[in-house]
Amino acid sequence: MTTLPPLLEVHGLKKYFASGSSTVKAVDDVSFSLAEGQTLGLVGESGCGKSTTGRSVLRLIEPSEGSVRFMGQELTLLPEGQLRAMRRHMQMVFQDPYASLNPRMTIGEVLEEPLLVHQLHDRATRKRKVAEALDMVGLNPAYAARHPHEFSGGQRQRVGIARAIITRPKLVVADEAVSALDVSIQAQILNLLRELQQELGLTYLFVSHDLAVIRHVSDSIGVMYLGRMVETGTCEEVYTRPRHPYTQALLSAIPREHPRQQRERIILQGSIPNPAAPPSGCHFHPRCPSCMEVCKTEAPPAVKVSATHTVACHLSRPELTLRPT
Amino acid sequence: MLTIENLKIEFLSHGRRVAPVDGVSFSLGQDETVGLLGESGCGKSVTALSILRLFPMASQARLSGAIRFGERDLLQADDATLRGIRGKEIAMIFQEPMTSLNPLHRIGEQLGEMLRIHTSLPRQEIDAKVVAMLERVGLSRAAQLVDEYPHSLSGGMRQRVMIAMALLCQPRLLVCDEPTTALDVTIQAQILDLMRDLKREQKTSILMITHDLGVVAEMCQRVVVMYAGQVVEQSSVEDLFDRPAHPYTHALMRARPALDATPGAPLTAIPGSVPPPGTVTQGCRFAARCARTQDICRQEMPVLEHLGDGHSVRCWYPH
Repeated sequence: MTTLPPLLEVHGLKKYFASGSSTVKAVDDVSFSLAEGQTLGLVGESGCGKSTTGRSVLRLIEPSEGSVRFMGQELTLLPEGQLRAMRRHMQMVFQDPYASLNPRMTIGEVLEEPLLVHQLHDRATRKRKVAEALDMVGLNPAYAARHPHEFSGGQRQRVGIARAIITRPKLVVADEAVSALDVSIQAQILNLLRELQQELGLTYLFVSHDLAVIRHVSDSIGVMYLGRMVETGTCEEVYTRPRHPYTQALLSAIPREHPRQQRERIILQGSIPNPAAPPSGCHFHPRCPSCMEVCKTEAPPAVKVSATHTVACHLSRPELTLRPT
Repeated sequence: MLTIENLKIEFLSHGRRVAPVDGVSFSLGQDETVGLLGESGCGKSVTALSILRLFPMASQARLSGAIRFGERDLLQADDATLRGIRGKEIAMIFQEPMTSLNPLHRIGEQLGEMLRIHTSLPRQEIDAKVVAMLERVGLSRAAQLVDEYPHSLSGGMRQRVMIAMALLCQPRLLVCDEPTTALDVTIQAQILDLMRDLKREQKTSILMITHDLGVVAEMCQRVVVMYAGQVVEQSSVEDLFDRPAHPYTHALMRARPALDATPGAPLTAIPGSVPPPGTVTQGCRFAARCARTQDICRQEMPVLEHLGDGHSVRCWYPH
């Protein structure tokens, strides 16, 4: 469809943490790309590495290995000064807006800070930009004089979004940005993010554990499990034709939306293994209902099942005809 | 079995009396699962805590109305009576199992305590019952688990331990406050599945406090919807999903992104936010956020009106 080079291209991204004597491979060889104006949803359960991926992309934490190309530049090689200058184009919205807003600063100061850091505009223009940003996120510009504690959770998240867009970035990483909000407020914020995307041409990397939210916001989806990407595809492909047994189980575990709805449920046994000592071969094999011998020893390669749909599962390898009965 | 009548709970906040729960009435029958549904600040958790009077002394909570459990009014019960009921006849499961388990005591000890307090069984029998119950809630290695501490368990396992503890004395009523909210979706599916099985087996009634319509659809027969300290709608679960009558319930159903909806289509957001307790003194508490508001809504509080078939709604202009 689009011939434009992707705005963001992540290849072989790894982030390892030392944990005592062992190493936690929080992100283990993750690759994806994201075209301008699109939304990629990263979904998975606790400890799958989705948030670490989001942060490594922005180099808020330093990736251990791999390449992150953004706006044609290799971010992992940029010296500190240039990286800081690039940050203007890539911003982040956090889960807990209260924890990410300085309680002693007024909202106006919070919003002006990114402009000061990047030395954008003169004083009068900055004030105007702050008022504009507040207006864009549906807050009264007069609120600039108030402090974070005077706002409700939904309003604070609006402030968090205003801060992210005030430098007019290209890419916004939203990490569980609506997870702490009540459903009615969550809908407000999701609608706002959508409007801003259209208005400003934003590209989103949207990290969430909530499958319904991810489907709602995303053009394409990446499903993660224990540091690895197990399936990527368009929203349609992943939700209606999931190929990886983990994706299938994850989708089947969503509570029904109506009491009369019948859902074929795949109940997974056991819990998510300790990321410091992940199972051999395919990390999912001990819980997988279709586990084969090869799965216990060999990590499955990513297999393309369509131009946009990739699955890391031995079952999807055409050369392996072995199928469980 | 449980009837709550005109329950009002007041706290002292900054020298002012506020009522996060203001005139709540509903009942729960034998073997029934009732959902208490609402968003932050609606008063659902405070209502749940009041059933066993689990408030810190410092909160100076003032409760009025009645909470009838069988023949007794729990609001009038003395401490000794309450101690006899807590854990034995009514048990509670909280959202975050780690904060309800004592990190310094072994799992087996904590579970055994329930039986030591409420029964006079000999030690061996208590130990055997604890292991059997841990196995029943799907924990493998139960015999070793009793000697371990809570920190060595995953979130899902801890919640299973909580469920085991709650069911040890075979309570008649189980009060669950967001029991799966802190869990991952595949673990939530396991736990809800387990709760359904155990309920069938033990014929326990469940009061399920939740903000999650999905959990309601999975578990409940009837639903009580709360908003700003009041019950705004009450009905069978099918009726609520088919014909939500209160504009708040109606909007809530549409605010959630649906898996079969067109991706990206705007959601029905509810403007504004929940008014803090005591700030709406006149009219319907939802009026300021409601799409159907008329003059009367701002002036007069609607009463909970029966629509038939056990469906009632507090609204001047229901759907």
